[in-house]
Amino acid sequence: MSTDNTHGGTHTAHVSHHFKDATQEYDSGKQGIWLFMVTEILMFGAILVGYGIFHVLYPAMFAEGAKELDWKLGFINTLVLIFSSFTMAISIQLIQRNKTKQAAIALATTILCGAIFMVIKYFEWTHKFHLGFYPGRYLDLAKTGAEHANLGMYFGFYFCMTGLHGLHVLIGMGLIAWLLIRTIRGDFHSQYWIPVEGVGIFWHIVDLIWIFLFPLLYLVG
Amino acid sequence: MGNTSAHGENYLNHEKGLWSWLTTVDHKRIGLMYMITVMTFFFIGGIMALLLRLELFAPNTVQGVGQVLKNGDIYNQVLTYHGAIMVFMVIVPGIPAILGNFFLPIHLGAKDVAFPKINLLSWYCFMAGAALAIATFFTHKIDTGWTFYTPYSIRTGTATVLMVLGAFIMGMSSVLTGLNFIVTVHKLRAPGMTMHRMPLFVWALYSTAILQMLATPVLAITLLLLAAEKIFGVGIFDPALGGDPVLFQHFFWFYSHPAVYIMILPAMGIVSELISTFSRKVIFGYTAIAYSSLGIAAVSFFVWGHHMFVSGQSATAGIIFSFITMLVGVPTAIKMFNWVATLYKGSISFESPMLYALGFLFLFAIGGVTGIMLAVLPIDVHFHDTYFVVAHFHYVMVGGTLMALMGGFYYWFPKMFGKMFNESLARLSFVFIFIGFNVTFFPQFVLGAMGMPRRYFDYIPAYENLNKISTVGSWLILTGFLIGLYTIVQGIRKGEKAPMNPWGAKTLEWQTSSPPPHFNFDVEPVVTAGPYEYR
Repeated sequence: MSTDNTHGGTHTAHVSHHFKDATQEYDSGKQGIWLFMVTEILMFGAILVGYGIFHVLYPAMFAEGAKELDWKLGFINTLVLIFSSFTMAISIQLIQRNKTKQAAIALATTILCGAIFMVIKYFEWTHKFHLGFYPGRYLDLAKTGAEHANLGMYFGFYFCMTGLHGLHVLIGMGLIAWLLIRTIRGDFHSQYWIPVEGVGIFWHIVDLIWIFLFPLLYLVG
Repeated sequence: MGNTSAHGENYLNHEKGLWSWLTTVDHKRIGLMYMITVMTFFFIGGIMALLLRLELFAPNTVQGVGQVLKNGDIYNQVLTYHGAIMVFMVIVPGIPAILGNFFLPIHLGAKDVAFPKINLLSWYCFMAGAALAIATFFTHKIDTGWTFYTPYSIRTGTATVLMVLGAFIMGMSSVLTGLNFIVTVHKLRAPGMTMHRMPLFVWALYSTAILQMLATPVLAITLLLLAAEKIFGVGIFDPALGGDPVLFQHFFWFYSHPAVYIMILPAMGIVSELISTFSRKVIFGYTAIAYSSLGIAAVSFFVWGHHMFVSGQSATAGIIFSFITMLVGVPTAIKMFNWVATLYKGSISFESPMLYALGFLFLFAIGGVTGIMLAVLPIDVHFHDTYFVVAHFHYVMVGGTLMALMGGFYYWFPKMFGKMFNESLARLSFVFIFIGFNVTFFPQFVLGAMGMPRRYFDYIPAYENLNKISTVGSWLILTGFLIGLYTIVQGIRKGEKAPMNPWGAKTLEWQTSSPPPHFNFDVEPVVTAGPYEYR
């Protein structure tokens, strides 16, 4: 056995007690967040499988449902999210170069994009409710004039998928707000940016999932 | 190194007070917190099992004892809670959360798991989920069985939503624990601790963690969709709306079949440790045992269809799932033969942990072989939803996982608490549990072969005698566990001081004091040999 005491005070302030050095901490954190993203993708993966199965079973019904969605709003939202991913990535770059102020602006822009996305989503949802497009058995067949009796299932998928995704956007906005406060406080700098990168990866995956949802729900059929 | 840490300080007395426990990020303390909670849930689930057995002591025509649970509704509710509690709150988290949390970092020579705060968070997730699930018992009881099959679960007026949200949150806890273990194994090994020098318990936990990560999210979305189905009627699982209830079964078993390996793999890891230590031999086929864990994990994802042989899936699917299911027997048999080969010409000592390990070999062999029987398509069609299946999975989960958990618990007891337990009492407890278990569950194989269906609260007189025997067996198990509980409490309170390495084992945890210091080792260990260098 070696004799060097590993509990000594040689650690810099931001390396947790159980890591040997900043590199080990960084590698662990990065692996952890990527593994967590694997679980996120699998979770959305299962609902995509369900979507795929019923799409094969009822192609005409899915086409009818997709026709009711406004692809222009979906497209704007796609652009908004892609831009937010860009500002998120920029914020990490800026923090690595100790440009805290600009990084804070980039993070704030990301939150703003998330908010725009959610506002557009809100109008889309309420508009659907207004027209009687509720999920599943609550769909108003008479009001909507639906051709397929089970059209409610399409909207079941629509509300579940965009709802779950929207929840992730909200969680992401909360996390980025937390990053913003810590950035302004000066917690992150060229030696330490693990949480920023972690949340960034989360935000990119949330974007990526939307990039799958948009064509599946709005364009297919 | 001496018997105690340099300052006489250890993880138990490092900080004091309840608050220091509730806010701790020490993996050893979190392991103990899991131990207390899981034991509590085991007690609750066990009481329910006893009630179920008591109801089945005699047919309902017999006054008094035959009508303990009054009617089928209450029986169904107790059955559901027994299953859900034992699966989600005892057997799945059991070994990884208690012994895994406590020993995985020590086995690797690390100071803690990779994410200590997330580790604590996962305990709180577990508690919150369990509280939510148990709360339904006091509001609208759930009677779907622990599988929540649609369409019944979306039609019944009971607390499905709360229950599945509870299970969802507990799944979150499981994912976080698995994630923590994987990163710890990858990144926090001590110098010289190569992957092929890791104890087999760690290999088993590693394979389990992969399963937890890959399977649980699918259950998570399935349960969310079920809740959405119940609240909003989204139609995905509801045939009345064009949905498919069998899809629920596919999704459910895509998690829940791998989940049975989440339950058994860590048990196999413990048994590998015990067999090697108490035979004083290098484990036979270290690499084969390590990689067969990964093999079981991999194959487990392709066998879920064997739960659905009679659900209306295509005959071709049935045949394929039947074949792949039998394939699981290969890596499992590799382990069995390696354990037996380790015992061969070893100097075996029969301390209580070893008794549990041998009990595991015996019971798991029966559970495993009947599993192969059930994998055979035509036999399964005959045995489907009979007591044969009940006996099979109790032999695997209780005879397998619980035996190993108990064995592992006695094995590591001296390390965890720094005290020795009363060996005679521990052996007595084992004898009661082992005999009681066989008396309870072996007759159920026969009952199943005779055609007694599972989940029923009554039966024809032809099944009465075997059911009586089975119920008496459940009392023997109770006696065994009560003796075990007494042994543990007595050991913690009044046990003799434990030496550093009471069993003469070779893995790293025995190289530090009992109980370990706050940071596991006074000096960071440097590993120069494998974990089982006995000769």
